[in-house]
Amino acid sequence: MSTLKGSGPQTSDAPTPEDAFHEAAALDAREGEPPHGSGNDGPVLAADGTPLKRSLARALRAQKMRALALIAPLLIFVLLTFIAPIADMLFRSVENQIVRDTLPRTVEALADWDDTSGELPDNAVFDAAYTDIFLAAEYKIHTRLGSRLNYELTGVSSLFRKSGRGLDDIGEVYLDQLEDLDENWDEALPWAELMGTADSVAAYKAWVEAEDKARENDEDFNDPIPAFEMRDGIADVLPRTAEMYSRFAEFVRVEDEDSPFEEEPWTIVLTRLYEDLRDGDVSSYDGPRAEMLKAADELVDSPDFQTADLKSTFEEIDEDWMDLAVWRTIKTYSPAYTSGYFLNAVDMQKTPDGPALRDEDERIYGLLFKRTMFMSLVITFSCIALAYPVAYLLSTLPMRTANLLMILVLLPFWTSLLVRTSAWKVMLQQQGVINDVLVWLGLVDDAARLVMINNQLGTIIAMTHILLPFMILPMYSVMSTIPPTYVRAAKSLGATNWTAFWRVYFPQSVPGIGAGSILVFILSIGYYITPEIVGGTTGTFISNRIAYHISSSLNWGLAAALGTILLAVVLILYWAYDRIVGIDNVKLGG
Amino acid sequence: MADGASGDAFVAFERVQKSYDGETLVVKDLNLSMPKGEFLTMLGPSGSGKTTCLMMLAGFETATHGEIMLDGVSINNIPPHKRGIGMVFQNYALFPHMTVAENLSFPLEVRKIGKADREKKVKHALDMVQMGAFGGRRPAQLSGGQQQRIALARALVFEPELVLMDEPLGALDKQLREHMQFEITNLAHQLGITVVYVTHDQTEALTMSDRVAVFNDGRIQQLAPPDELYEKPQNSFVAQFIGENNTLEGVVQEIKGDTCVVKLDSGEVLDATPVNVSEVGERTRVSIRPERVEFNKERLKEGVHTLKAEVVEFIYMGDIFRTRLRVAGNDDFVIKTRNAPDQVRLEPGSQIEIGWLPEDCRALDAG
Ligand SMILES: Nc1ncnc2c1ncn2[C@@H]1O[C@H](COP(=O)(O)OP(=O)(O)OP(=O)(O)O)[C@@H](O)[C@H]1O
Ligand SMILES: [Mg+2]
Repeated sequence: MSTLKGSGPQTSDAPTPEDAFHEAAALDAREGEPPHGSGNDGPVLAADGTPLKRSLARALRAQKMRALALIAPLLIFVLLTFIAPIADMLFRSVENQIVRDTLPRTVEALADWDDTSGELPDNAVFDAAYTDIFLAAEYKIHTRLGSRLNYELTGVSSLFRKSGRGLDDIGEVYLDQLEDLDENWDEALPWAELMGTADSVAAYKAWVEAEDKARENDEDFNDPIPAFEMRDGIADVLPRTAEMYSRFAEFVRVEDEDSPFEEEPWTIVLTRLYEDLRDGDVSSYDGPRAEMLKAADELVDSPDFQTADLKSTFEEIDEDWMDLAVWRTIKTYSPAYTSGYFLNAVDMQKTPDGPALRDEDERIYGLLFKRTMFMSLVITFSCIALAYPVAYLLSTLPMRTANLLMILVLLPFWTSLLVRTSAWKVMLQQQGVINDVLVWLGLVDDAARLVMINNQLGTIIAMTHILLPFMILPMYSVMSTIPPTYVRAAKSLGATNWTAFWRVYFPQSVPGIGAGSILVFILSIGYYITPEIVGGTTGTFISNRIAYHISSSLNWGLAAALGTILLAVVLILYWAYDRIVGIDNVKLGG
Repeated sequence: MADGASGDAFVAFERVQKSYDGETLVVKDLNLSMPKGEFLTMLGPSGSGKTTCLMMLAGFETATHGEIMLDGVSINNIPPHKRGIGMVFQNYALFPHMTVAENLSFPLEVRKIGKADREKKVKHALDMVQMGAFGGRRPAQLSGGQQQRIALARALVFEPELVLMDEPLGALDKQLREHMQFEITNLAHQLGITVVYVTHDQTEALTMSDRVAVFNDGRIQQLAPPDELYEKPQNSFVAQFIGENNTLEGVVQEIKGDTCVVKLDSGEVLDATPVNVSEVGERTRVSIRPERVEFNKERLKEGVHTLKAEVVEFIYMGDIFRTRLRVAGNDDFVIKTRNAPDQVRLEPGSQIEIGWLPEDCRALDAG
């Protein structure tokens, strides 16, 4: 106002109300003009001339960054401990890389096989399986695949375990004959000379000499063995042998931390050598160990050279390999992602004709899901029934008494869950406290003691007790915000105690019931420890099955699928609740 | 105004006492009787027991001692919902989960009134408070004043003969409050209902009521029509509590019929009407309303005592002038004069003499 002083028409020196009125009018007239005299349609500018929007955004950005920094630790914690595991679970429930990673050649070869033809796959598949399983066995990952496929077809696990050992038989047929011809075929160095570069072989020999000398002189010798290098040309002469030998060399170096100069090759390398000699021509080869190779070629080409038949060797290892179901299972589960776990989780399985229900006696998860839902509902309702009067009392009592009662309500929170559950075991068992009292009172015959534990009843009783505070607390916090004047008003309008409660108090306490119910239902649907301890066989929940698959059967994919379904059920129920009751009607506090 | 005599009284409190904790009496010996159709206001400082009285009448608190009668029948043992008393609460207590119409129809439903009748009455009640168009709204969607009207309509819809209101306008702004005061008194007279009204606000009490009961310390200090309450306060509490008031302390020097002479502590003397002083030598507190003080000698009666005063402050308030004086060592003595063309504006620092008619100056208890 003071800056405008000069512009106002002044009638006297002292400000009068009239004066102020004129000044205000002058100010009003100016307000229409934007600052700095720019056009009326330009952006609004801040005091320093930058557009107002930009300077506001800048001011807000600092605020946002600060807010972000404040929540960052929690955000990271939640991401790592909550979001990431859930994402991992969702991924695992469909993930199936193991078949394709362990048996890459077999999966490829099986693609051409018609699994409805009723015939075994051809030799190419068996050859691929030989290579895959042999390598998997060397890397000791074949049993893992065995247990994965065992979820789908019982017996595959032992089949893979046996095959890992048995497949050496094939290569040994060739090894035995070549060894008879020339002992060097079972030695490490001659193979390395045949396959490696002259330089690397020479380096190795020099290293051996140095080591010998050191040993003679009793000196310490710690030089590492020189590295082995494949010779360039050898792959042209013996392509398959070279490929397998280089895998072998790699394996020896990485897994065994040894050197191919000192390790005789795998038996499968000899199978590959036989195949190369059978199909190819080595007469023009003049590299190291040419004599030895040519002699072997002659032997292979001679009529009485024995060969191993792949199919019959597989059959010898385990006749299950002749079972179409094994090959079908491998083919069915060869894609990187599978719906198999989910089908399994809803008591279905994959068949050549698409998904189908399992046999009656193999269905368990449907029953378990239904039981989990049913029992959670029963627990929720019994919690409502028990908690409502208590919460009502808490909210109407004077502060001091209410606090005391609240401590009693919260007491279970401060005791270990395990202790409480075990206490229920003591209370409820047939020789337990409750039965003893009933027998003593003569209400129950000693011979007919009630069975209250290791069944559904036990789970319901113990879980109702454990989850009760989760019902009472939200109910209490809603009820304590309902002013007593509402009930008074209802009564003054002529309502009886019951009408006042039912028409006026109860509707306003519904949000508390809603919040408590959601809390208790969602908690109980995923509860694990209590059903495990007091549930026996009939009172266990789906989560007990999930835990079993996580820790005992190690079928994590199925556990993940079951968990995902559970999560989906909860989300759907939450959504339905929102549609029916409205999530705005849920209050955890005033 | 026969307190306690409940012959043809509609509402009567007889020797009612109330204690919450068994140690202190919140209401001490309350006697009150109201004829049918009266608008009675309970006025008093916070904690004086007004709400407690109302709650005992409504049935939400029980009297520790004494009898409360409604239409000649003792209602001490009748539960609230059978008393048929309409009530408007301070925070309105409209049921938040019901619409306005449902709120209004609630008392009719519990009285098992037919649907058609109910709708008619609800509509009538809504029209009565000019809220006919709001039947479908929730209370939360209404302004404070609108909620107030609905609460009023709900208390009236079942046609009770007695309606209690506990500071019903406390949450409204001044203008709305004045408007609602007018509407409530209008409605009450139109419908011929008996109203017990509780308020903190003395203007409200004076403008609305047939009679006002001034509460203090669990007792009714004075029960009288507004004009009597203002002009003839019975004791110094009422004189202080209602309106603006000048007090001077002294000793009764002489009593002559219905006037007396009081000697102030400063030594000066003045004329007064003895109200609750009876003996010479008794300590007293005299009370004079600021607008009854005269400083123009010509207008004073011959022979009355005057006091010397010094003008301390002159305040222009538009319709009136408010002048603060130092009188008998007390510089809180206020006089009010009408802003008339011939009115004198007293200059601060000037010395004047003030006086009054003995009827206007009341010698009360020493407090
Ligand atoms: N439920 C109660 N329990 C114990 N003491 C109470 C209770 N209600 C009121 N009191 C006490 O009784 C006295 C009178 O209370 P009351 O509510 O009647 O006052 P009031 O005149 O309505 O005051 P206000 O104008 O502030 O509403 C107060 O001292 C108060 O502390
Ligand atoms: Mg009150």
